[in-house]
Amino acid sequence: MVFSEDDKRSIKGIWNKVGGHLREYGAEALERMFFVYPTTKTYFPHFDLSHGSAQVKGHGKKVADALTNAVGHLDDLPGALSALSDLHAHKLRVDPVNFKLLSHCLLVTLANHHPADFTPAVHASLDKFFASVSTVLTSKYR
Amino acid sequence: MVHLTDAEKALVSGLWGKVNADAVGAEALGRLMVVYPWTQRFFEHFGDLSSASAVMSNAQVKAHGKKVIHSFADGLKHLDNLKGTFSSLSELHCDKLHVDPENFRLLGNMIIIVLSHDLGKDFTPSAQAAFQKVVAGVANALAHKYH
Repeated sequence: MVFSEDDKRSIKGIWNKVGGHLREYGAEALERMFFVYPTTKTYFPHFDLSHGSAQVKGHGKKVADALTNAVGHLDDLPGALSALSDLHAHKLRVDPVNFKLLSHCLLVTLANHHPADFTPAVHASLDKFFASVSTVLTSKYR
Repeated sequence: MVHLTDAEKALVSGLWGKVNADAVGAEALGRLMVVYPWTQRFFEHFGDLSSASAVMSNAQVKAHGKKVIHSFADGLKHLDNLKGTFSSLSELHCDKLHVDPENFRLLGNMIIIVLSHDLGKDFTPSAQAAFQKVVAGVANALAHKYH
């Protein structure tokens, strides 16, 4: 997947707008995902998944920080996400279908909190971005 | 058949009452064509779809979005019999329109995103879960008569 200059502008633009809220949004997206797609909980038997859980907040922050790093390296996602890619392939082994579920919940969360900035063009660029990150994270699976 | 609890049914109809359905339909169909441009393959006769703004302001997209959402709204009134409600539309989409049912899932998720955009705080995780059940049920009902 190739990012156009418009894609990069859209992604960085909304990322700047969101700023410090991204970590909350990471947690919210996870909460939505666990609620809407209960099968995703099977990867977190060791977590307290109740509303407001500190573990979910912590994990949301982790996910948000990794995505922010990716936004800073749109021209080299495989390089920037290499260690995370290894982790997901050899240790976590999250079934690839789940990346689409989290990506969808991230889009729902961003649309929810930033309706004015979540234009169709920005939505399209973000969808591409999350799909690319998902592809990189599952690229070493086999 | 979808299984919504009474609380979920109340959530769905309460929130549906707060949105402008025609606008949701137009926005969802437009975003489908912008985010997944290959879906434009069914709409080549709609004229200018060359950019995001062209798609979103296209009169035929808006009109078709309205048509689609009216059927969807009908489904909301018949959650206990989605397969029956969408039976002839299912045959139409298979035999005449030749639409891959994957597109119903993509459009369903666009409806969810537009509802989230429009409803903000009201679109809680519980609300999303209830509507996801509905869009999945409608997509399955529309795919049911495929052969």
